[in-house]
Amino acid sequence: MSIDRRIADDLVANGVSFVTTVPCKQLAGVIEEIDQRDDIFHIPSNKEDEGMGLCAGAWMGGKRPAIIMQNTAIGVTINTLATLIQYYRMPLPMLISYRGELREPVACQVEMAVHTKALLAQLNIPTYHFHWQKDVEEFDNILKYTFMCNKPVAILTDANFWGGYGDQ
Amino acid sequence: MIRSEILKEIAPILRDQLVVCNIGIPSQELHAIDDQPTNFYMLGTMGLASSIGLGLALAQPKPVIVIDGDGSVLTNLGTLPTIANNEANNYILMIIDNGSYGSTGDQPTYTGRKTSLAGMARAAGCENVVEVQDVDTGKALQAAIDGGKMTVMVVKCDSGNAKMPVITMDPVVIRDRFMQAVAS
Ligand SMILES: Cc1ncc(C[n+]2csc(CCOP(=O)(O)OP(=O)(O)O)c2C)c(N)n1
Ligand SMILES: [Mg+2]
Repeated sequence: MSIDRRIADDLVANGVSFVTTVPCKQLAGVIEEIDQRDDIFHIPSNKEDEGMGLCAGAWMGGKRPAIIMQNTAIGVTINTLATLIQYYRMPLPMLISYRGELREPVACQVEMAVHTKALLAQLNIPTYHFHWQKDVEEFDNILKYTFMCNKPVAILTDANFWGGYGDQ
Repeated sequence: MIRSEILKEIAPILRDQLVVCNIGIPSQELHAIDDQPTNFYMLGTMGLASSIGLGLALAQPKPVIVIDGDGSVLTNLGTLPTIANNEANNYILMIIDNGSYGSTGDQPTYTGRKTSLAGMARAAGCENVVEVQDVDTGKALQAAIDGGKMTVMVVKCDSGNAKMPVITMDPVVIRDRFMQAVAS
C-alpha cells in the first residue's frame, strides 16, 4: 500500500475530516489523495498561519482538523502556534515535509532544516521524525495522541521517507 | 461613529449569534458591552479572525459573524480568496474599517488612502460584498443575516477607541464555553 493512501486512511479512521494544505513537492501525492477522499473536506490555504486559523475554527465547530505543510512554514507559524493553538489549547496534527534533510537536492532548504527541530523543541511541540517508510505505522498512534492531549503535534517526514528524489 | 459606538448599537443583533472577534480593543469593547458565551475573543494572533470564523462556518450550520479590522485583514489578505472559493452561506465577515490600527494607537492603514477592501474582496471572488457607513451597520448586518448568503461587509467608520478593561478570562475558558455554545 502506498504511504499516501495509508496516511489518508489513518486520517479518516481517526475522524479527521477537515484538512488544509500548502503544497510541497514531497507532499504532492498525499495532497492529491486527500483531495479525492469523500470523507475529508480539503481546503487549500494561502499561508500556513491562515490554515491554522481555519483548523482552529473547524475544531471549535466540532470537526477534527489537520494541516499539511512544509517545514519552512514553522518560520511562518510560530506566533499562531503559541498564541492561538497552544494558548487556547487546541489539537492540531501537523504533517510536515522535512525539506533540507538527507537526499535533499536544493541547498536553500537546508537553511530552515537546521532550525526546524530546535524551534519545535523550543515551543514544546511533541515531534516525530519519519525517515523510513515503515515509520508510517506510528501515524495512527500519533493522531490518537494529538486528540488526547489537545496540543499541536509535528510529524516531520523527510525525503528518504517519501522515497527520495529519483535521479535529481 | 467609532467602533465601540457601532458595537453598542449592534449588540442586540450579535447577542444570539456566534461571533468571532478581532484581537485587542475590539474584543475588549465587545466583552465590556455584552459578554456572551457565544463570543470568541481573540487575545492574540492578529489577522486570523476571518479564518477562524470561516473554519467554524464550514464545520457546522449555525451562522457565524466575524468582527474583523482593516489592519487585520490587510495582514492576512490570503483569507479573501479562501473565503471566496469556499462558500459558506452561514458566514458574515464584518470588517470595521476605521482606516487605522486602532488597538495600537490609531496609526493609519492603507485603507484610509488608496486601498479599498471591498474592491479587494470582489477581486478575490467574493460575490456578496457591501460597503456601508457606520450609521447603517445594524440594518446591513440584519439584512446579511436574513439574506442567508455569504457576505463581506466593509463598515467605514471613524478611528478611535473606548477605554475598556483588558480581558482577564482564561483562554481555555473562553474557548470551552464558546464550544459549548456552538454545540448547544
Ligand atoms: C503579528 C502582530 N503584529 C502586530 C500586533 C499589534 N497589533 C495588535 S492589534 C493591532 C491593530 C489591528 O488593527 P485592526 O485590525 O484594523 O483593528 P482596530 O483595532 O483598528 O479595530 C496591531 C497592529 C500583533 N498583535 N501581532
Ligand atoms: Mg482598524
